[in-house]
Amino acid sequence: MTETKHAAAPPDVGAALPAIELAGVAKEYRAHGETVAAVRGLDLEIAQGEFFSLLGPSGCGKTTTLRIIAGFEEPTAGRVYLHGADVTGVPANKRDVNMVFQSYALFPHMSVWDNVAFGLRRRRVPKEEIRARVGEMLETVDLTGREKRRPAELSGGQQQRVALARALVNRPRALLLDEPLGALDQKLRQAMQVELKRIQREVGITFVYVTHDQGEALTMSDRIAVMNDGRVEQLGTPREIYERPATRFVAGFIGTSNLLAGEVERIGDGRAVISYGPDGRIEVPLRPALPAAPGRRLELTVRPEKITIGTERPGGALCAVRGTVTEVVYLGTSTNYNVSTATGADVVVFTQNATSADHVAARGDTVWLSWEPRHSYAMGAAQ
Amino acid sequence: MTAPATSSPRAPRRRVRRRAVRSGRVLHLYTVLLIAWLLLPIAVMILFGFNDTHSKQNYRWEGFTLRWYRHLFDKRDLTAALVNSLTIALLSTAISTVIGTAAGLALGRHRFRGRGAANLVLFMAISCPEIVMGASLLSMFVTFNLPRGYPTILAAHVMFSIAFVAVTVRARVVGLDPSVEEAAQDLGAGPWTRFRLVTLPMIMPGVVSGALLAFVLSIDDFVITSFTSGATVTFPLWIYGSTRTGTPPQVNVMGTLICAVGVVVALVSARRNVRRLQADRDARGD
Repeated sequence: MTETKHAAAPPDVGAALPAIELAGVAKEYRAHGETVAAVRGLDLEIAQGEFFSLLGPSGCGKTTTLRIIAGFEEPTAGRVYLHGADVTGVPANKRDVNMVFQSYALFPHMSVWDNVAFGLRRRRVPKEEIRARVGEMLETVDLTGREKRRPAELSGGQQQRVALARALVNRPRALLLDEPLGALDQKLRQAMQVELKRIQREVGITFVYVTHDQGEALTMSDRIAVMNDGRVEQLGTPREIYERPATRFVAGFIGTSNLLAGEVERIGDGRAVISYGPDGRIEVPLRPALPAAPGRRLELTVRPEKITIGTERPGGALCAVRGTVTEVVYLGTSTNYNVSTATGADVVVFTQNATSADHVAARGDTVWLSWEPRHSYAMGAAQ
Repeated sequence: MTAPATSSPRAPRRRVRRRAVRSGRVLHLYTVLLIAWLLLPIAVMILFGFNDTHSKQNYRWEGFTLRWYRHLFDKRDLTAALVNSLTIALLSTAISTVIGTAAGLALGRHRFRGRGAANLVLFMAISCPEIVMGASLLSMFVTFNLPRGYPTILAAHVMFSIAFVAVTVRARVVGLDPSVEEAAQDLGAGPWTRFRLVTLPMIMPGVVSGALLAFVLSIDDFVITSFTSGATVTFPLWIYGSTRTGTPPQVNVMGTLICAVGVVVALVSARRNVRRLQADRDARGD
C-alpha cells in the first residue's frame, strides 16, 4: 500500500531495470491543419513482472501511449526504453513486446494453431520447439483440442484466449493489452479478469493493461496510472488511488465520490474542523501538501460505503451532516441512498443489507450521515 | 399477459400465413419470369450450336447435329481470333489484377497526396462511354504514330480493367480491420511477409472477383477493341464481321463453351462459400 514508484522499481540496479520506461514522451497529431496533443510529456517506469494499468476515459491518451510502447506510433518527443535499451524509432516488428488488440485481430484465414505459431515462425524457432511451446500455451489458455479451428468458429471468449496465447507464446518482455475484455459480456468479463491475473502470475511477464473500466483496473493491477487529457493524473496502487485520490478528476473517475465543501472553523491535532450547514460538523486530516487556514473554504471527498445513515445525530468525534433522502435504491445485497444535504450537495450512501435488514430511511425522511474523520479526504481549496 | 398468449395470437398468425402464401405465389411467378427472361437468349445460343444448317446463315432450325462440335476449329481465322481474345484476356487480366490490387490497397488503406484524384480517375474510367473512349484512344495512337494491333488492344484492355479491379479490391480493403496487419507486424513480420501471409489472403476474395471481372470485360469487349485493333482480329470482331456473310454455328459452340466455363467457375466458388458457412455453423453448434 505504501509502495512507491521507486520502491517498486529501483532505477540503478541492473537486474531490476524497469521493463518499460517512458521519458518525456509526447505525441501530437496534425488534423485539418490543427495540432492535437494526444500525450503530453509522459514519464513512466513499469517494473519487471508488474501488472500495470493505464486507466482513463476515451481520448485520454492511454491507447496512444500503449501504441507508442508497441512501436505502432512514434512519439513526437521523448524516448522509449525497453529493459534499459532505447527503442525509440525501432519498428514494431523488431520490438520485444507483444500486443493483444481490442478486436483480437486474429488472422481469419489461419487455424488457431497457425495463429499462435505465427510469431515463433517469424523468428525461425526450430519446429520441435514451436510444437512444444504452442501446445503448452494452448493448454495454459484452455484451448487444447481446438487447434484446427478457424477464429470464426470460436466464441468471443475463446478468440480472446487465442489472441492472448498468440502474444504470450513469444515470451515477450512485456504484454500490451488494449481493452482486451471490451467486447465480452459482463459475466465472461469477470471470469476473464480472474483468468488474466492467473496467467500473468503463471508466466511472470509484465502486463500493461489499457482500460476505461475502473473496476477492471482496481481488480487486477499492481499499479494504476490514471490518465486524463494526455497526462498522468495519479500513479499508485489500486488502494492508494481509491482511498487517496490526488485530484478531483481521479476522485470522480474512480468509484463514486461525494464532494463536500465548507469553511474551516479551526485547525488542531493535524485536522481541520469544518462547520457544514447550520448544524453539521466535519473533520478532515490535513496533508502537508494542502495548506488550510481558518476562514478558508476546503473541499473534501468521502466514499459512499464509509458513510452510516441514521435518524439520530451520532455522538462522539464522528463527522455528522444532516440531509433529506431524495432516493432509495434497493439492490439486493445493498441499498443506495441519495441524500440532499443542508448546503444542497448531493451525497450517495451505500449500505450493506446484512446489517440493516429494514429500511433505515424512506424518501423524504430527514437523516443524519456520519463517518469517521479518517475517511474524510481533503482535496484542496474550494472556490 | 402470459396466460392467454397461447390462444390469442391464432387469428393474427393465420393472417400472416395467408400473406406468406400469397407472397410465395407472387415470388414464384416472378422467379419463373425472371429465369425465362434471362435464359431464353442463352438457350437460343446453345440450341443453334446444334443446328444442322446447310446454308451460310444459322437462323432457322433444321435439325439436331453434333457436327459443329466435331469441326469446332475448322474455321482457321475464327480459331485465330479466339486465341487472340483468350491470350489478350489472360494477359490483360494478369497485368490489371497486379496493378489494380496495388491501387485498391493504397486507396483503401492510406491517405496520400493524389488519393482523391486517383479515386476520381477510377470512377471516370468506369463511367466514360466506351465508344468515346475507343475513338479517343484511336486518335491518341494516331497522334503518337503508334501502329495499331495486338499491343494497343492489350494496353487498352489493361487500362479499362484496372479501374474495376481497383474498385473491388478497395471495397474489400475498407472492410478489413487494420489491427490484423498490425498484429502481424507486432509478431515480427516485415512488410513483405505481412503482405504475403496476412493481407493478400484476406483480400483474396476481392482480388479474385476483380480478376474475373477483368477477364469477362476483356474477352467480349467489342467497342474499344474495334478502335484499337488495326489488322488484329479478336473473337467479337470476327463475329461482327461475319454477320454480313453469315455467322457459322461454331460461334455458338464457342459461346456455349465460354459460358459453360463461367458457370463452372461460379458454381465452384458458390459451393465453397456454402461449405465454409456450413463448417462455421457446425463448429459453433457444439
